[in-house]
Amino acid sequence: MRVALAALIALAIGPGTLAAEPSDAMSKRVAACTACHGKEGRATNDGYFPRIAGKPAGYLYNQLVNFREGRRSYAPMTYLIDNLSDAYLLEIARHFASLELPYPPPQTKTAAPELLERGRKLALHGDEAREIPACVQCHGKALTGMQPSVPGLLGLPRDYVNGQLGAWKTQQRRAVAPDCMATIAGRLNAADVEAISAWLSAQPVPVPANPAPMTSAKLPLPCGSVPR
Amino acid sequence: MSAPIRLALLAVVAIVGLAIARLAVEFRANELESATPFAPTPQQIERGEYLARAGNCAGCHTARGAAAYAGGRGIETPFGTVYASNLTPDPDTGIGRWTPAHFWRALHEGRSRDGHLLYPAFPYPNYTLVTREDSDAIYAYLRTLPAVATANRPHALRFPYDSQWSLAAWRVLFFDRGTYAAEANQSAEWNRGAYLVRGLGHCSACHGERNIFGATDEPLALSGGVIPMADWYAPSLASPNEAGVATWEVNDVVALLRTGSTPHASTTGPMAEVVYRSLQHLSEPDLQAIAIYLKSLPQAPVRRQTSVVNMDSAVFKRGAEVYEKYCADCHGKDGKGTPGSWPALAGNRAVTMDSVANPIRLVLSGGYPPATAGNPRPYGMPPFAQTLNDADVAAVLTYVRASWGNTAPEVRSFEVTKHRHGRTN
Repeated sequence: MRVALAALIALAIGPGTLAAEPSDAMSKRVAACTACHGKEGRATNDGYFPRIAGKPAGYLYNQLVNFREGRRSYAPMTYLIDNLSDAYLLEIARHFASLELPYPPPQTKTAAPELLERGRKLALHGDEAREIPACVQCHGKALTGMQPSVPGLLGLPRDYVNGQLGAWKTQQRRAVAPDCMATIAGRLNAADVEAISAWLSAQPVPVPANPAPMTSAKLPLPCGSVPR
Repeated sequence: MSAPIRLALLAVVAIVGLAIARLAVEFRANELESATPFAPTPQQIERGEYLARAGNCAGCHTARGAAAYAGGRGIETPFGTVYASNLTPDPDTGIGRWTPAHFWRALHEGRSRDGHLLYPAFPYPNYTLVTREDSDAIYAYLRTLPAVATANRPHALRFPYDSQWSLAAWRVLFFDRGTYAAEANQSAEWNRGAYLVRGLGHCSACHGERNIFGATDEPLALSGGVIPMADWYAPSLASPNEAGVATWEVNDVVALLRTGSTPHASTTGPMAEVVYRSLQHLSEPDLQAIAIYLKSLPQAPVRRQTSVVNMDSAVFKRGAEVYEKYCADCHGKDGKGTPGSWPALAGNRAVTMDSVANPIRLVLSGGYPPATAGNPRPYGMPPFAQTLNDADVAAVLTYVRASWGNTAPEVRSFEVTKHRHGRTN
């Protein structure tokens, strides 16, 4: 329902309304975002604020709404977007999604080979015995995400991935029900999380890094964030 | 025992007795008329929805991400947290068993259905002015909402504020039931504005100064106040140095309330929420009425500020550097801003007023004006808490407050430190 609404709004905004403005107008409107998320949303060296440039628009929009509705908790973020309309949040999401910018080289350069191997296996193959699907089943074969609302997993700081998986486990981070990532994170133990974040953050980001197109294939778990 | 002592004792006993009797009155809920069938008209329901927006009832009575009006949001006060109640028609947890008379008594007297006293975080010192007709309309609207079973969360108040006795004492001291009595020498518009501002709009809940008991000293005064626990200052609407609008055109006041930003001023912080959720939805005549009333508020005399900031000082020079690097792109080297995008800082009262809480908060936390129909894609102020240390925030604000004709005193680093850590009261 929410996603259907989002699609409608997306149509309603269209590129036409933006044409009358200078091309940098939107980047100036979102100066409040790039203060923390880095120039053009490329992230900074801080390691905490994630890159937002090039992530799928549906994913970014869902996160903005999640902050507003309390499914994600970071008070400065909620404060900034609390009095913005759904239409404007979607426009902001689409702005950052449209930025195709180069990625820095992978951040993790050293990690124990066993750890990396464990991470690689989980990311590419999952663990059937423990009903853990592989990351690639939803996040795209190249792990660059899938349109319109599954994020890419590469090019993120190790601490950030670690922190997010931990937050899914403790319900500090949530999504619209059915919350597939909460289910999956619940099946991961601390060593799994460490291995996955080490391996993901050690992978170079392919060029181009565009999210995979939307698929009609069945997802391993029902997911409230993904339109069906 | 000597006669004077006996007399004194007698007097003490009499006073204590009277006080107890007066407090006991607070516990005696009046009889309510028996429930007659309540058959609201569609117009009444529609009116009720409008009025509920005018009072921003949903603002407190909706928890983040939860069903509208189902309560559960915690209102932090200096005395503890008061949790807003469920206003949906659920019979067990909401107002399903309330009659229109119960509802009106809650607004008018601050009593719940069973007669117990309500905490004034629910602003009944204002709502007592709401007419029975308006109360019935809001009740009618709330009864049309989907019933949501969410049990009311008990308040988390410290002793002695958690007792009905202390609440009774508070009411004896600070609460009087009232009705709005139209002032005959004022226009109908002015009276409509006064009714909305003093009553349902509960503007004084933020714009009034509170005493140590959390009561607004003069319940209906709008002379500015620190918003409890929020660390924002609601500027005085009765001061030409703060947010008084006596000299503004009515249309400019209406535009600010409806769109959230105008070339003269923008709304940020808690006021952005008020515009977003409430004021932008009000009718043109009601906004005009509010503007006419606000323009008529008696204004304090203009105070000429005389800055003693030394423009050759290291602080001022550092402020100029910070401004050039982080602020000038949007607000302009001359502090004139760009109409429609970025506010001017030259002559901007939000920057120059005595209280420095808001300018500091804006630099640290940034903020967007509300996205309204009149300003659907606002420009936002970036948060600088990550980028600038306390001394630099103080320096740049000192520079801004003393440049381009502004003559406000300097901001000190310790004041920034205080606000960076959140709460000032």
